[in-house]
Amino acid sequence: MNRPLLLCGMGLTAAIAYPLLVPNYLVTIGMLVFFTAFIGQSWNIAGGFAGQTSFGHVVFFGTGAYTSTILQVTYGWNPWLAWPIAMAAGGAVGWVIAVLSFRAGLRGSYFALITLAFAEVFRILANSVPFTKGGLGMLIKADPRPINFQFKDPIWVYYLALLLCIVSLLIAWQLTRSRFGARLVAIRENEDAARALGIDVFAEKVKVLTLSGAMCAAGGTFYAQKYLYIDPGIAFGVDKSVEMLLVSMVGGAGTIFGPLIGSFTLMGINEVTRWLASVVPALKNVQPLSLVVYGIMLILIVARLPDGLMSLFRRRPRHA
Amino acid sequence: MFDPAFLFAGILNGLLAGGIYVLVAVGLTLIYGVLHIINFAHGSLLMLAMYAVFYLWRLIGIDPYAALPVVTAGAFGLGFVLYRLLIGRYSHGRDENILLITLGLSIVIDNVALLFFGGDTQTIDVPYAGTFVEIGAAFLPLPKIISFGASLVICAALGVYMARSDMGKAIRAVAKERQGARLVGIDVENVFAVSYGIGIACLGAAACLLMPTYYVTPSSGHAFVLVAFTIVVLGGMGSFAGAAVGGFLIGITESLGGLFLGEQLGQIGISLIFILILLLKPTGLFGSKA
Repeated sequence: MNRPLLLCGMGLTAAIAYPLLVPNYLVTIGMLVFFTAFIGQSWNIAGGFAGQTSFGHVVFFGTGAYTSTILQVTYGWNPWLAWPIAMAAGGAVGWVIAVLSFRAGLRGSYFALITLAFAEVFRILANSVPFTKGGLGMLIKADPRPINFQFKDPIWVYYLALLLCIVSLLIAWQLTRSRFGARLVAIRENEDAARALGIDVFAEKVKVLTLSGAMCAAGGTFYAQKYLYIDPGIAFGVDKSVEMLLVSMVGGAGTIFGPLIGSFTLMGINEVTRWLASVVPALKNVQPLSLVVYGIMLILIVARLPDGLMSLFRRRPRHA
Repeated sequence: MFDPAFLFAGILNGLLAGGIYVLVAVGLTLIYGVLHIINFAHGSLLMLAMYAVFYLWRLIGIDPYAALPVVTAGAFGLGFVLYRLLIGRYSHGRDENILLITLGLSIVIDNVALLFFGGDTQTIDVPYAGTFVEIGAAFLPLPKIISFGASLVICAALGVYMARSDMGKAIRAVAKERQGARLVGIDVENVFAVSYGIGIACLGAAACLLMPTYYVTPSSGHAFVLVAFTIVVLGGMGSFAGAAVGGFLIGITESLGGLFLGEQLGQIGISLIFILILLLKPTGLFGSKA
């Protein structure tokens, strides 16, 4: 009991000290690790713990990013105040998608595909309707003051991402020890058996997707505030969906630290390929190379290591 | 705007595009019907075949239509090997697993293509691209008509093959009842590999028929994957007749959507149909079971 606590304390100390010791660009990379772990955790709560694999989680991310940006740019809201509204919007979208899909009895691959289609509908709408400014995207006016959710020093963005990541870890931890989490795992392992045990499968699945949607939307707002720009391709494109799924799957779907481990791993691969590209001129296109590695890792993980890299750290098998 | 001649031309154009979609969807529905797996790499494999057609033309000067036998055979071989090495080993158990594996496969294919072929849009200039045929008030490009006809011929040939040949009968037997098929001595694993190969061969043929009028980029797979799934779900997973009807319906939907809603918003029709079918009638028009 003490060992994990000690490890967490050491990890947290290292994470807090890290940005004080390294140059700015490494601070930003660290920030991306925690941010990606955060949105990955939002996927993991629905896709990992509850087993509702989604291919279109970006729909929540984009909803959050656009909600806060529109409130801020068009209606002059303060972004901190717009943040909870964005989360509520993401939760609402999650609720609607869940009620529609689960009412229709969609499971497994069908649920994955319908989330992809929902994200696509949102992307096309964001491209076409006037209040998102269409394909041009939306710019947030740069005014780097903390009250505007904008920071001059990247260290504060880093600490905010770290905080989000810690909150997401606490939520996941809470899931592993609450009855709600136990019910979700039961649903993942065998939905019919869970129903036979008296679990209201529909209600639990709706709840978890709403929670996951709200979390992911919080990430969307964070992203928009960091880059001060969003467009339909960023906010609703398939790439972010795949990223969230990848970090969870690679790290270990349905585990507390899976998304964080996955995020570390993927960012590490990214940096190695970036370094390779600077050394070997033939490999100057970095992004595709790291994605090739991710794709291979996903295949290997699903085929050989279904509990992800986390299972390498575990001493005892999970299903004892 | 609502000129009937305009509408007529839109529907004809949609039918022509739908003819090729049918071929793509038949491959997907065959794989689903026999193997009960959802091949998420379908779009990416089509993109790969389109690049094969492009480079055969660019490097050796082979006309896309003339390349059809080679590319189709090559695609069959690729599908067969992919099944033996990857898909077959992991296509059992949870159905999301194979979906995730084929997603991984599509990520690998898309990005390998980006690494080797670059991100530029590539097209083939065939000498007959500018030839138009007048039907009623509509002017239709000749290559689209050729491709449409060829696609239907290939689908019909596949239908005959499935109905008459020993392998076709074996495939249908496995699709219906794999345990029973195994008991009467059918090599089920081989049938699976051949079915996956045929599914991918359909993509090879479709790539040859698409390239005279379409373009290819490493992200072309994305554009096709949702279209193909929509057709298959609309027609009913595993149903050949459904894939045919669905292909035409989606072709027309896309064409009319573009006509009335504009280029951007016009694409929404396909995703909406996909969502509505899954929510309201997941068995599709011709499907027997969900």
